[in-house]
Amino acid sequence: MSVNAKDLQTGSNDPLWVRTTVITISVAFVALMLVLPLGVIFFEAFRKGLTAYLKAFQDRNAVRAITMTCLAAGIAVPLNLVFGIAASWAIAKFNFRGKGLLIALIDLPFAISPVISGLIYILVFGMQGWFGKWLEAHGIQIIFAVPGIILATIFVTFPFVARELIPLMQEQGSEEEWAAISLGANGWQTFWRVTLPNIKWGVLYGVLLCNARAMGEFGAVSVVSSNIRGGTNTLPLHIDALYNDYNSVAAFAMASILALLGVVTLVGKSLLERKLEQESISSLESKTTEVS
Amino acid sequence: MTVNRINAFFVPLIVLSLIGCSNSNSPNAGTTGSKTVKLLNVSYDPTREFYSEFNQAFSKHWKEKTGDNVEIDQSHGGSGKQARAVTEGLKADIVSLALAGDIATIAKQTDLIEGDWQSKFPNNSSPYTSTIVFLVRKGNPKGIKDWGDLVKNGVEVITPNPKTGGGARWNYLAAWGFALHRELGSLEALKDSSKKAEVDAAIAKAKSFMGDLYLHVPVLDASARAATNTFIQRSIGDVLLTWENEAFLAFKELGTDQVEMVVPPMSILAEPPVAVVSKNAQANGTTEVANAYLSYLYSSEGQQLAAKHYYRPRNNDLLSDEQKAVFAKLTLFQLTDLVSGWDEAHEVHFKDRTGVFDQIYQADRK
Repeated sequence: MSVNAKDLQTGSNDPLWVRTTVITISVAFVALMLVLPLGVIFFEAFRKGLTAYLKAFQDRNAVRAITMTCLAAGIAVPLNLVFGIAASWAIAKFNFRGKGLLIALIDLPFAISPVISGLIYILVFGMQGWFGKWLEAHGIQIIFAVPGIILATIFVTFPFVARELIPLMQEQGSEEEWAAISLGANGWQTFWRVTLPNIKWGVLYGVLLCNARAMGEFGAVSVVSSNIRGGTNTLPLHIDALYNDYNSVAAFAMASILALLGVVTLVGKSLLERKLEQESISSLESKTTEVS
Repeated sequence: MTVNRINAFFVPLIVLSLIGCSNSNSPNAGTTGSKTVKLLNVSYDPTREFYSEFNQAFSKHWKEKTGDNVEIDQSHGGSGKQARAVTEGLKADIVSLALAGDIATIAKQTDLIEGDWQSKFPNNSSPYTSTIVFLVRKGNPKGIKDWGDLVKNGVEVITPNPKTGGGARWNYLAAWGFALHRELGSLEALKDSSKKAEVDAAIAKAKSFMGDLYLHVPVLDASARAATNTFIQRSIGDVLLTWENEAFLAFKELGTDQVEMVVPPMSILAEPPVAVVSKNAQANGTTEVANAYLSYLYSSEGQQLAAKHYYRPRNNDLLSDEQKAVFAKLTLFQLTDLVSGWDEAHEVHFKDRTGVFDQIYQADRK
């Protein structure tokens, strides 16, 4: 059987009309479902002109919502970064009992609805919940306050860094670490000079996704938020409130920030993916040369 | 060095998060000489605009009277959800919700509010009232004038789910009251034990009317605001059952070229109540100011502002003729004309499976 060169190039021998149809459908679908709504956000945001758009950002509650979002992401992302590196290090480099369980648990926030994660905190820290009375007696407020928002954000963004690093570290194995240790490096040096440089792009990639989710989360924070304007409203909650007030220009102006964040994440993500790919190719090449 | 590059990435992140922390802890700058008190009013969705303005008026009044500053935070959401939040520990000094049942739930489940809360302020602790009216498409093409017109062929009715929304329960009970009144000629027969047979027959007819009505509902939204959005923004349905104040607000925000308001000859008197959350107010040292806040709702200025935001004030004498003309005249019946209170309303109408709503709604869909 002979395969002609053109088919190899395109990777298929389907007739032209099949290819055109499939491509048209996917492009049309992406345009309709993704590009159009994104366009609408910016169109609506600027509908009453640039001044109306900028005015939306001068509102005290808008500033507070942006601060709240940055605060929640600013705490959740570094914590999940530390946890993610520690967990993937443990999972990829060591064998221990309950490893499978740990991997499954890391995935838990992916598997359950964000609303449920919010409700869990109500059940645990609410006045009718397990620790509610104790916290009350000690004057600690968790839900309907800033700590609740941060906890809920940490919960939903929990898996992002770890999930990104586990396969990467498993693939890399621990030979390089062994080599470093046999050359007299201590654990800390091994981590900073061998492990971390190897996974740095993966870490960045995980952080990027984690951050995007932390800033965009609606369901979980909506449950634990006090719904006070200028209080615990994060950006997505503020957008919802503005929209319900028939204040659509301000709502879409705020939404445009989140949309921009999405675009930046997307660009950063594809750049990092390219970087990751190059890295794995070059490491493969270096391994091949070592063998030969 | 690689290590440095990585540090350059992590360190700012950590610093950033620390800055965030310290910012949130910065104390409120108070002016010297006078105290600044904070109040939290936990309310439902449609009152947002009213309370924004009332809070400013009250702050000014309190400052003049006592020399102290009072800052009032507002929290808005679905009435039932807000009641739940207070039950679970949201530190409200004041609740102002859509129905007495929601405040009663807080009082029943916790010791935050006294059991006799509804007698602490005049008029069942409801400083303003509202009623349920219809919004129809411009020109009223389906000719909807009264509750009976809602079940005409081809009419689509938008009303939220009475099991999840406070406003939706008023809609439901308004229609129920209309149906009973149509059968009995007067709602007084309901309390008259000698007319039991007659009343039972009327209830059966009213149930079939309600079943018919909810067959005309294409989308059962979760809350009043969501239903308003369905009707106005998504242009679904011929008539929206809604609070009078919401109908006015929708006009103001969206213009009168798309919809018009129809006031039926008879509807329910909706009494959104208020209460001081005593235990929280005690802990915050705000008992006095919280009570003054609620009393001020009954003052001339409070009533004027309520009317401005399309809530029917309790004291009509405080209104100008112009303001009075805003509110159409209609016969209003009370919740207590139909049932003894929200407990009974819940038990008879909205309870899972055995309630009238579940019976008629499930039966329809079979």
